[in-house]
Amino acid sequence: MITRDSVPAFRRGIRQKFDAARNTHVLLGPERVIVLDEIAAAITGLVDAKHSVAEIAAELAARFSADAAVVEADVTEFVSGLVEKGLATA
Amino acid sequence: MSTAAPLALMAELTHRCPLQCPYCSNPLELLKAGRERDTAFWLGVIGEAAALGVLQIHFSGGEPTLRQDLAELVAHATARGLYANLITSAVLLDEEKLRALKEAGLGHVQISIQGAEAETADRIGNYRGGHAKKLALARLVTRMGMSLTINAVVHRQNLAELTAMIDLAVALEADRLEVAHVQYHGWALRNRAALMPTREAFETADALVTRRREELRGTMMIDYVVPDYYAQAPKTCMGGWGRQFLNVTPDGRVLPCHAAESIPGLVFERIGERSLCDIWYGGAAFEKFRGTAWMQEPCSSCALKEIDFGGCRCQALALAGDAAATDPVCHFSPRHAAVLAMAEAESQADVREFVYRRL
Repeated sequence: MITRDSVPAFRRGIRQKFDAARNTHVLLGPERVIVLDEIAAAITGLVDAKHSVAEIAAELAARFSADAAVVEADVTEFVSGLVEKGLATA
Repeated sequence: MSTAAPLALMAELTHRCPLQCPYCSNPLELLKAGRERDTAFWLGVIGEAAALGVLQIHFSGGEPTLRQDLAELVAHATARGLYANLITSAVLLDEEKLRALKEAGLGHVQISIQGAEAETADRIGNYRGGHAKKLALARLVTRMGMSLTINAVVHRQNLAELTAMIDLAVALEADRLEVAHVQYHGWALRNRAALMPTREAFETADALVTRRREELRGTMMIDYVVPDYYAQAPKTCMGGWGRQFLNVTPDGRVLPCHAAESIPGLVFERIGERSLCDIWYGGAAFEKFRGTAWMQEPCSSCALKEIDFGGCRCQALALAGDAAATDPVCHFSPRHAAVLAMAEAESQADVREFVYRRL
């Protein structure tokens, strides 16, 4: 269960890069290619085993001048997906 | 439908291998060391692949760690932004070699196991002491911080150890476990009567994997490749012919899948004689079964034709005698019942000895 205090971290071997051929950010891992949209890439850019879900959300809400509660719900859902897919721990 | 850039390239650096698994995915006609391409060739392949949009490179074989230039190739792939995977038996690796690969940027190591018990595993791979070496190397992989996949190919002669194999992968702290039923091409087709599981054993395995996958969610990922002779629908082989994946053989030919050489009449072009980009977008072997225009009935009017792309072309050839036929494991195929009956009959065969893979 991911909460606002969860601190997500990528699992071993998961890397993020910008894919120039497809003009998009991607997450790469064993047998996995995850295409990231702009929002997802902004979240994964802050997944560093230090920022909590709440801190990631606060930073992104400030960056995009968005509603903090809405952003936090989005970040929680996205991080849950990363954990579910075996890409991150939290 | 326009063709997209490939996602992954399988680099079969060599056909040499210390193991002799009877279901090896390499062709029956293995290439000797003299046919292998040199370092400069593979560095060129990596550069062309990166420019083409490939994201993942799988260093495979045979046994890729037999190549002295493996770390150099991994370093070049990493420098060109490719995610480097190593697919290995691990029996020839040691701490020093593994460290060099890690420093070259290797992200992920996939180690095969042939069973959970050393006696079973070493008999299947026909390599004494192999299983113990694999376990030692697997522990080193995670200790060095690389992602570990355990690849367990399962069949009639090791399915009884499936629970123990899953437990072993957990104990090794694998990030991912691949439970793959044997796919019957090449060596596996030759050994089919010694490998085919009974329907009952398949159903038990299926339920077990489903249950353990749920239990281990968030801890260890389990990817499952079903034995498609017992399936209702065919697999989306290679994600569709010429859609995501390409395979380069030890002598430098480019294939849409590793078994494609079994299909007569296809001509596989060589990197160097033509660019990888031109082969991908215009090579005759890639065009042959790309998309859906080549399909016959019942595929051509099927609602699922862009889901599974007609299944596996090599299997259609092997079981229906026609590479353009519907994959006979599909329940819409007129041959489906015959294939199922054959699988069930072979699963009862009194065959235990293998024809081992040899050069």
